Amino acid sequence: MAQVPNLIPALPEIFLAVAAMALLMLGVFRGDGSTRLVSWLSVAALVVAGGLVLAVGGPREVTLSGLFVMDRFGVFMKLLVLLGSALTLILSMTYVEREQMSRVEYPVLIVLSTTGMLMMVSANDLISLYVGLETQSLAAYVIAAFRRDSARSSEAGLKYFVLGALSSGMLLYGSSLVYGFAGSTGFDRLAAVLAAGSVSTGLLVGLVFVAAGVAFKLSAVPFHMWTPDVYEGSPTSVTAFFAVAPKVAAVALFVRLLIEPFGSLVEQWRQIVWFMSVGSMLLGSFAAIGQSNIKRLMAYSSIGHVGYALVGLAAGSELGVRGVMFYLAIYIFMNIGAFAVILCMRQNGRAVEGIQDLSGLSKSHPMLALAMAIFMFSMAGIPPNAGFFAKLFVFQAAIEAQLYVLAVIGVLSSVVGAYYYLRIVKVMYFDDAVEPLDRAIPAESRVLVAATALFTLLFFFVPAPLLEGAANAASSLFAG
Amino acid sequence: MIVQGLAFYMFAAILVASAVMVISARNPVHSVLFLILSFFNAAGLFILIGAEFVAMILVIVYVGAVAVLFLFVVMMLDIDFRALRSGLLRYLPIGGTVGLILLVELAVVLGAWAVAPEATTGVAAPLPPPEITNTRAIGQLIYTQYVYLFQASGLILFIAMIGAIVLTLREREGVRRQNITRQVSRRREEVVAVRKVPTRGGV
Repeated sequence: MAQVPNLIPALPEIFLAVAAMALLMLGVFRGDGSTRLVSWLSVAALVVAGGLVLAVGGPREVTLSGLFVMDRFGVFMKLLVLLGSALTLILSMTYVEREQMSRVEYPVLIVLSTTGMLMMVSANDLISLYVGLETQSLAAYVIAAFRRDSARSSEAGLKYFVLGALSSGMLLYGSSLVYGFAGSTGFDRLAAVLAAGSVSTGLLVGLVFVAAGVAFKLSAVPFHMWTPDVYEGSPTSVTAFFAVAPKVAAVALFVRLLIEPFGSLVEQWRQIVWFMSVGSMLLGSFAAIGQSNIKRLMAYSSIGHVGYALVGLAAGSELGVRGVMFYLAIYIFMNIGAFAVILCMRQNGRAVEGIQDLSGLSKSHPMLALAMAIFMFSMAGIPPNAGFFAKLFVFQAAIEAQLYVLAVIGVLSSVVGAYYYLRIVKVMYFDDAVEPLDRAIPAESRVLVAATALFTLLFFFVPAPLLEGAANAASSLFAG
Repeated sequence: MIVQGLAFYMFAAILVASAVMVISARNPVHSVLFLILSFFNAAGLFILIGAEFVAMILVIVYVGAVAVLFLFVVMMLDIDFRALRSGLLRYLPIGGTVGLILLVELAVVLGAWAVAPEATTGVAAPLPPPEITNTRAIGQLIYTQYVYLFQASGLILFIAMIGAIVLTLREREGVRRQNITRQVSRRREEVVAVRKVPTRGGV
């Protein structure tokens, strides 16, 4: 008889999946009027899952026949993912009610998507990587098209679905090549095989395809084309979700994939990551300049941020991975805050999303404008905001890995990026309002905007916990 | 051996014949029915080579689901198949040429087929012992070693189901729904009224 595998490391995922089903049952029986209740219960489920992650985390543990791994890197990344999902869910409650898309499936799909992200972070095999990725993406396609009566939302969902299917195809093709040439899909075995012998061209082609598939999910250049359209077309609360949690999960997956099984091929994959990083940083800063829609702008901004995070990965060192994780943590806070402000943008009860609609915000909503200014300064990387330290650590890692060109391009493109971030500040403070935004701001948004703004501004007083957490987690990836 | 050979030729002949009928039958419903026949014969061929799991899947999935779906599509969509097939003679030369070129290319490629030396160094999957049927071998793997992936695939199908319902189900006004509880709990007094109608008096 086969033994029952040790399920303890997978407890957060199991809990979330079961919670999603239970919440769906609750929602189906109580009707769409219970969306707010289900949303809060979903947030509670995400928090409990976070507690479980902390409880089961620890030294590296492989279970479920080597398909699933839990280590300190996983703990850090899973906490970030859960935090991002829970906060965006809290933010979206009032928005979905105001936009008449308040249906019970919305929070349930977000919980299911988050389950997929946790599975991605813990993947220890190419098959479990794919299954986790697909769980996450499939739920994401649906919520992108959630406002099904809107042509733009449906278009966003369809576009996301078609391009996502294409990228999954590439990923699978690459995985099959890797399996064919290395003889295994397990990360541990792949690492052993690749460290031992010479590397065949077929395997490298497979690696390139796998990297391209993951880069689609990351929206790194040159696989970024879907991002602006999907971000613009999706309901804004969904855009906030897309910009935070799936990004973190995809970067975590990419880091684990490149460092653990393909760690001995660092010279080969560094060129790919280098190119994606430079491309994303440049495109993120130049293409955003001409945007007039703030959701499109945030899409290009997120492409740029992925580029900066990949700088750390290109370094391929423990310091670099620490930089990536640290960057993602800061990125979550800045983005949640910025989207909280964007979700408050309404004129006469209608959601607006033009950058010019922010004009005169400093007069009508001084605190909101101040918070948005903090987020923009932080995203631009201006000290002493948290975003500056995030960039500092990835560039430091790049310098130590002697990637001088990469670091210089990164700094230059962040200067270009500062232009459009500061333009928003200028619009808010110096342009006269055509029509002021509505005054009614939900309490959740107030709290979240204040909390994230304080975090971003005051981070440099107590950087130690986050830095140590990232360093600790990064070291667990390089230990074995 | 002779019985096996006879069975093979029977299945193969019916398979090829019904496959030809699929594309040449005038009535699209007949095409789908011939498709089902060819699936059954292909399943028979799989059983002959000892792959009973694939045979079962072929019958359950393809006959049970896909072919029935085809049948629904053919019956529900109003497609004029005769118009679609009208240009056959006109397109035959160019189509035939392309097909022929493809065939020659395939022959050239497959003729020079060789397994890469690196590929053979990888570990081959272990074969199950001969006394275990392959259905059982697959089951033993899926429910033990790959139980995580099996369950996760189930989760994906669950999400797909929610997604399909979320994106397509609409509450329409004025649709009569069947409420079985109400139907069953109807009482005679509520719905039947006995009136005395006087003769020649009208109602």
